[in-house]
Amino acid sequence: MSDALHTLTIAELRARLVRKDISPADIIRSVEAAITECDGRIGAYLHRDTEAALQAAEGADLSAPLGGIPIAIKDVLNVSGQPATCGSKILAGYVSPYDATCIARLKAAGAIPFGKMNMDEFAMGSSTENSALKVTRNPWDITRVPGGSSGGSAAAVAAQEAIAALGTDTGGSIRQPAGFCGIVGLKPTYGLVSRYGLIAYASSLDQAGPLTKTVEDAALVLQAISGHDPLDSTSLKAPVPDYTAALHQGVKGLRIGLPKEYFIDGIDAEVRAAVEGAVAELQRQGAEVREISLPHTRFAIAAYYIIATAEASANLARFDAVRYGHRCDSPSDLRDMYDRSRAEGFGPEVKRRIILGTYVLSSGYYDAYYLKAQKVRRLIAQDFHEAFKNVDVIASPICPTPAFRIGENASDPLKMYLADIFTIAANLAGICGISVPCGFSTATTERPALPIGLQLLGRPLGECDLLRAAAAYERATDWHLRRPQ
Amino acid sequence: MNETAHIDVKKTADLARLRLTAEEEAAYSGQLDRILQYVSQLDEADTSGVKPAAHPHEVFDMTRPDEAREGFGAEAALRNAPRRSGDQFLVPKVVE
Repeated sequence: MSDALHTLTIAELRARLVRKDISPADIIRSVEAAITECDGRIGAYLHRDTEAALQAAEGADLSAPLGGIPIAIKDVLNVSGQPATCGSKILAGYVSPYDATCIARLKAAGAIPFGKMNMDEFAMGSSTENSALKVTRNPWDITRVPGGSSGGSAAAVAAQEAIAALGTDTGGSIRQPAGFCGIVGLKPTYGLVSRYGLIAYASSLDQAGPLTKTVEDAALVLQAISGHDPLDSTSLKAPVPDYTAALHQGVKGLRIGLPKEYFIDGIDAEVRAAVEGAVAELQRQGAEVREISLPHTRFAIAAYYIIATAEASANLARFDAVRYGHRCDSPSDLRDMYDRSRAEGFGPEVKRRIILGTYVLSSGYYDAYYLKAQKVRRLIAQDFHEAFKNVDVIASPICPTPAFRIGENASDPLKMYLADIFTIAANLAGICGISVPCGFSTATTERPALPIGLQLLGRPLGECDLLRAAAAYERATDWHLRRPQ
Repeated sequence: MNETAHIDVKKTADLARLRLTAEEEAAYSGQLDRILQYVSQLDEADTSGVKPAAHPHEVFDMTRPDEAREGFGAEAALRNAPRRSGDQFLVPKVVE
């Protein structure tokens, strides 16, 4: 059944590869056929080099942990010899001269980076609508967004036109699209996965991580990409545990916190019921559930949009039309070259965030906005620190609603920002989080059934707790086995 | 919420080296004022005595041995340049 290989998980494919039932090239061909069949509708891929992937498949080391497995890569990560557009016109024509550390580690683990995936421009967005290059559609309902910013990565895995993918998460950009597309997405603890070669949006918040069909696959990919890297000065020097060992531990005695500030009015009733149902299932399996408080939650979005845009305004200053990126025609002088090249190359959301970030860092406003936000950031981190004295994981929805319609929030940036309420605080605090399928909305005449995601947050380097709970939940349910038509 | 918060979009875009059209300026001005008014709610947070956090895990002064390692070389570094001249990036004249 080599024609159905694209529907399998990493773990299933690895078993067949090791038995020599199939070859890595069979998988690439199966994924390629799925892309040809469905990506015209979904629009997840920005670029792929099938010949290069088939060549890499020839030399794949099947004894390595991810040997022969193709993995789709968000187009914000450098893969040597391939484009990295960040979903922006400003990087048209750019070819990465090197591998990001997480890519080098995937390759060292035998995986084959295959495909560069659509995203909100420079990872700024929650719907992938901010891509300057193409529209990506939710495989469950193509009139809806796949979420973002790692929308291409999530949509491709959900549509079974990728086995697994890497995304990045600055304020929810792995977890939220995973939730909207009905797959698993894991944001590692800040500093666990090297940011070297990840084109920076907000350096103190960005983390790369897996988007996969199952919790086990997330553990396998996380294992490959984690660990200290001297090329990233914020990389943590901590031992990397055996993540797959956590999958079978069960949740007996695990303490789950429900933040009272997260279960508020405005959450879709079916989202709330699905998440409460998931928590009840974990409780049935022996987890202990406690109410907790994260008192500074209401300030998280405001603090995030100051800190993230401030860092973005500094990071995106590197697009100066000198070393790479778009340069305007016939600049009259250096200043004209900067002003016009950047104006032509960046899209509206990127410009808005650069302007906001420049403003909050500018003389006279720095203390009132940037410094204030950094203090609030500490309060938010302390909320989690206190909470994790009494619980091991925190459960919540990923997003107040299932996937929204393309265009529904596009004209109102503030409304779009407010939908990030449950995911953003984890990035400010640097903790880890996972999104797991936990149900579907009821199909109506207006819309088909849409996936709902459960978010679990863990303490810094608490990935084993997340995987333990997520795997226990997944074993008891079949949401993760449903696929869009 | 501070309803008077306002960004001088033209001046700030200039600081950020972005030349905006009049339409962009008008559109961003309204949107950014609303966002700024929203984020001004941080005023309500009591941060007296709280140290700012620039980073989630405070790891400072990370060092590594000062050893030479292979880079990707001038040719690869120049390959993405919009304009080059020999082994150099070419930019408009910067001295009078």
